Amino acid sequence: MNGALPAIEITPSLLMVVALAGIAALAAVGVIAFNNPIRSALCLVVNFFMLAALYFTLNAEMIGVTQVVVYTGAIMVLFLFVIMLLNLGAPIVKPEAKEPQTLVGLLLGVVLFGVVGSQLLPPLLSVVKVGAADNYGSPEALGRTLFTQYMFPFEAVSILLLIGVVGSIMLAKRRI
Amino acid sequence: MNGVPIALYLGLGLFMFTIGVVGVVIRRNPIVIFMCIELMLNAVNLTFVTFARYQMSPVPAGGMARESSMMAGQMMVTFVMAVAAAEVAVGLGIMMAIFRLRQNIDVDELNILRG
Repeated sequence: MNGALPAIEITPSLLMVVALAGIAALAAVGVIAFNNPIRSALCLVVNFFMLAALYFTLNAEMIGVTQVVVYTGAIMVLFLFVIMLLNLGAPIVKPEAKEPQTLVGLLLGVVLFGVVGSQLLPPLLSVVKVGAADNYGSPEALGRTLFTQYMFPFEAVSILLLIGVVGSIMLAKRRI
Repeated sequence: MNGVPIALYLGLGLFMFTIGVVGVVIRRNPIVIFMCIELMLNAVNLTFVTFARYQMSPVPAGGMARESSMMAGQMMVTFVMAVAAAEVAVGLGIMMAIFRLRQNIDVDELNILRG
């Protein structure tokens, strides 16, 4: 990039997206900061809701609704059930002490964020023009493409989910 | 929403992915590690939807028709969600099985494969 940052106009929609993104980022930090897995799971729920709202701001309504139904509805309930079944209190997992791996991990994160961010984000700072039609994320558009062009992957995913169901029952059953 | 720079969404995606990587490295509770993997998958999903919305390249990649290049990102997100659901079901099943075997799921204690 050459010289100064491009001037970004402060609009209400920009402020709203910044607020949603800020809450999502805070919740993401909470997932790894809390020692209690229940708190991590609840932070993850907040993060997923904020992501769904961000999908709505991107006009991807169908993806946003799917995010709420699949992630916060199904996956997080599964997480909470397993935490409850394993009764993951203090005695099973030892309190995580200060270790060199914490420091190394944080350093790795800073380096990853710094390298990728400094290389990829500056050229994109000035891109504000949306290219897709406003209804590109409607259920109609998504369903039409899914059931015509992506029919084979759709069927493959259904088989994968069936195998996943059978496999998880096999694994979790006491005696087969 | 107009007037929002693409870098905001991509920055959030990068931040969430980084947090996921750090969490996988520093946490020892396998359930939290799983949550961090979900965080990374969601970061990638956000990036897919962002690029699908902004459609920066004037000519669609790979000679795809305009219509289908418009939908490719969202299709990918749909399939990532489905695969993530299957992955979580199987992964948590494995965790239950390990817990039944060892009464302990700290990843540092699971060293029976050590030679």
